Amino acid sequence: MGLEIDREACTGCEACVSACPFAAIQVTDGIARALPGCNLCGACTDACPTDAISVLAKEAAPAPEDYRGVWVFAEQRGGRFKPSAFELLTEGRRLAATLETELCAVCLGDEGEPSELASYGAQRVYVLTADAFADGREDVCAQALADLVRERKPEVLLAAASPFGRACIPQVASMLKTGLTADCTGLDVDAEKRLLLQTRPTFGGNIMATIICPSSRPQMATVRPHVFPRGPIETPSAAEVVRLDFSRRAVTSRTRLLGFVEELSNKVNLEEADIIVSGGRGLGKAENFALIRELADALGAGVGASRPTVDEGWIPYAHQVGQTGKTVSPKLYIACGISGAVQHLAGMQTSKCIVAINEDPNAPIFSSATYGLVGDLFEIVPRLTERLRRRKGEA
Amino acid sequence: MRIVVCIKQVPGTTSVALDPKTNTLVRTGIESIINPFDTHALEEGVRLKERSGGALTVITMGPPQAEQALRDAISLGADEALLLSDPAFAGSDTLSTSHVLAAALSKLGFDIALCGRQTVDGDTGQVGPELSQHLGVPFLAYVSKVEAIEDGCVRVERMVEDGHEVLEASLPAVMSVVKEINVPRLPSLRGMARSKSAKVPVWNAADLGIDPEAVGLAGSPTRVVRVFTPKRIIQGEILTGTADAQVETLVERLAGARLV
Amino acid sequence: MQYFLNEQQETVRSLARRIAEERILPVRAELDEREEFPWNLMHELANADMFRVFIPGQYGGLDGGILDLCLAVEELSRVCGGVAVSYAANALGVEPLLGFGTPEQKQRFLPDVADGKRLAAFAITESVAGSDASAIQTTAIRDGDSYVVNGSKQFITNGGEAEIYSMVVVTDHAKGSRGASVLVIEKGTPGFTFGKKETKLGIRSSATRELVFHNCRVPKDNLVGREGMGYIIALKTFDRSRPCIGAQAVGIAQGAFEAAVEHARTRLQFGKPISSLQAIQHMLADMATDIEAARALVYVTARGIDGGDKAYTEASAMAKLFASDMAMRVTTNAVQVLGGSGYMRDYPVEKMMRDAKITQIYEGTNQVMRNVIAIELLKRRGKHA
Repeated sequence: MGLEIDREACTGCEACVSACPFAAIQVTDGIARALPGCNLCGACTDACPTDAISVLAKEAAPAPEDYRGVWVFAEQRGGRFKPSAFELLTEGRRLAATLETELCAVCLGDEGEPSELASYGAQRVYVLTADAFADGREDVCAQALADLVRERKPEVLLAAASPFGRACIPQVASMLKTGLTADCTGLDVDAEKRLLLQTRPTFGGNIMATIICPSSRPQMATVRPHVFPRGPIETPSAAEVVRLDFSRRAVTSRTRLLGFVEELSNKVNLEEADIIVSGGRGLGKAENFALIRELADALGAGVGASRPTVDEGWIPYAHQVGQTGKTVSPKLYIACGISGAVQHLAGMQTSKCIVAINEDPNAPIFSSATYGLVGDLFEIVPRLTERLRRRKGEA
Repeated sequence: MRIVVCIKQVPGTTSVALDPKTNTLVRTGIESIINPFDTHALEEGVRLKERSGGALTVITMGPPQAEQALRDAISLGADEALLLSDPAFAGSDTLSTSHVLAAALSKLGFDIALCGRQTVDGDTGQVGPELSQHLGVPFLAYVSKVEAIEDGCVRVERMVEDGHEVLEASLPAVMSVVKEINVPRLPSLRGMARSKSAKVPVWNAADLGIDPEAVGLAGSPTRVVRVFTPKRIIQGEILTGTADAQVETLVERLAGARLV
Repeated sequence: MQYFLNEQQETVRSLARRIAEERILPVRAELDEREEFPWNLMHELANADMFRVFIPGQYGGLDGGILDLCLAVEELSRVCGGVAVSYAANALGVEPLLGFGTPEQKQRFLPDVADGKRLAAFAITESVAGSDASAIQTTAIRDGDSYVVNGSKQFITNGGEAEIYSMVVVTDHAKGSRGASVLVIEKGTPGFTFGKKETKLGIRSSATRELVFHNCRVPKDNLVGREGMGYIIALKTFDRSRPCIGAQAVGIAQGAFEAAVEHARTRLQFGKPISSLQAIQHMLADMATDIEAARALVYVTARGIDGGDKAYTEASAMAKLFASDMAMRVTTNAVQVLGGSGYMRDYPVEKMMRDAKITQIYEGTNQVMRNVIAIELLKRRGKHA
């Protein structure tokens, strides 16, 4: 296995060198050569103008035939299913239909109402119960999920890329020795090969990668919340509810929960917000975040921030959106005084509609914005707030 | 106390940019850095060492050039470094990577293993939890404060969506840390001198007792079939005119799209 | 221009630059505005081992020379002259000990300074004795095992923040210029208090205070060198510290110059960047030449001292004189290049101009520098070696 360079076709043009995100290919003596860091991602094959590069991969072993079904792990919090469960079921319906297999939901604990899951298409709902699930210990949940998977053998398992999901689901994959793709923004199916095509952002969203899990089962993926829409079925059928008592099968957690402290300042649930208004360095100083908060108020929106403002201490880290902050995908993202550095875009570029307000017409954010307003944010933002308030008043 | 920090060398994000005209990736520099979240893990490791005594070893799985990241870690306070490198490791997905790291951690022996929450190139955040599973030890995710280490247990605060939890686990344990946990220090002059003269041993698959078929591309259940740059589908509209006019047009557009 | 620094010097320089850009730059405007002593930054410098640069290895230091110290000061000054002088004055404060202290004294004071646990300061100036240093009136009268100190010092950099003060005091009035000595006095000694903290034009984050002594008893073991050596120690100390002030001036000028170049490249007037105008280009060329000349003079002087040069009084004075006058020229022109914006507090160059001014004044005014140089050049009859 490896990268094969056709010495005749290679012109030493170095297009591959520029395209490689890992600095893992170089041109010596006029011919391209892969370096040890190469992981066969294929970026160079796309970039090569003479098709001189090809990836040689060993034929993957066939997957076990007896794994069938698309499963969605329906996460609960505060006694209710999180919206991500419905998003996954909506998407899961499509995948299950293409694979001509059934769609199931799995929940740990029975606070949520299984019929809710049925209304989004779940044909069977597994409800696992055990006292041990109450604390939400990731390893206990992972063990239970893995157990059920070994028993019932789904071919696909989807979960939300929530903080819980990203800590628990990898443990499941590790126990099952199967592949897991994190934070997917796109899913599709190769019906003939029964392969889940998992697309996700890497390098902060600069590169998208499509990943498959050819030989192991189940094919697992965590999905970024708010990326897929949710849509209930018009006339849902009742789902088969399978209740399983896991009290004796549940393991003891390796971690002990000693307490929980609610933090109201942490109630910056940006990841769930439909609208976010963010402030950047263009605000000039901490006090000017008041403008952002007022606009956010008028919209019922969350308040976000770019990294420089957090570094300067103008606003707490909980509001930071970006590569080293939160990743959000709201319906509307309004960026005020934010230049649009790659690291910030990484955290919000999957937003459905992006509005950028910046006085620099060359600010990179304008190439990602649906609507760009070049101008002074101190003029625009208060007017926008006022206009929106008036509109609400008129409504 | 034996503390091990797992780091990854990643491209500095400014060195991987999108050329807007051609929509292709362009590497504008060759700077490689320690993954930013890992610098917080390293800093926490150094602080734990300063508080409780012991030794701090930093490890990474990567190609030979990853040694530089290990040296940088020494200048930031690590006592020793270890490079896990073997051509067989190339193309590893997270399961394979965590397998290799777990083998190294087993061989080294450890009380606390620290890693950053996720990398800025892969962005998966999967290695930490998978690592804990391979090792059969507790995993503490999103740690924002280490409260105490006593009687063979570690007590931490970790972030959850609406607050923080206080968790305890017996050692040895694996922890992933968030940025809020600390402000990483800058290197020291003595650290930089040590990093230049330090010996960084390299362990390969054989040293770790790993079957080459179990790692690398061969040992990775997932495989990348395609890499592409995302099409910017959005055709942006620049709104012109006075501030009032711009606001008016914007509200019209947003109302039309039923966003407000 | 390449200066062929050795590995340690390169490391010191690059780390100082990193600290300056990552930690000092974000807070310099606020420190200047609030006149706050940068304790957090002192801790950062300590953690980075920067205080070890000027301390010998056996006391926890890195055996760095004057050039190493100059490089650190220059890089810090490029971002903030106030923070840089707090660092540099620390070195000045221990210089008498380095040159004339006993092993016991060095062991008592230097390790804490190297660790960054305690800061130092040097005190000679009084209200009646500025350039006329020999007019000092603070006395230290021997009484049994102590000296009893009475009097006050004025305009002391790091005053109030430092814990270790190397002071020049009169131990015997009758002996005139041979009647002064250097004593180390520690903060907290009964009878030692601080007077007002000065409000300054520039280097506002640096703490400048009056030291007040009233029957302050200082152990006789704190005498540095012998009684009567006060002015000799002071002059030797300044000979070694003046290149660092030169380095501070070079750094401040460099920062201002970079700001001017960046502004000239991006400011569009008459349809093009002002960097395309010859008027601006000539100003920038003069600034660049001026800075490099000063830098070269500072480095060569420092290298000479480190290399064992025996007579460097004249060179030190020249380095300090030329660099500080240069810094005032360059920073003023930087403000000019930025024009109206340069005058505004929103832009960093007005602070750099304010910070630069002091380099022409302290550690010997530039008028005194010219006196020193004149005396030396006449001694050598103007001849070059």
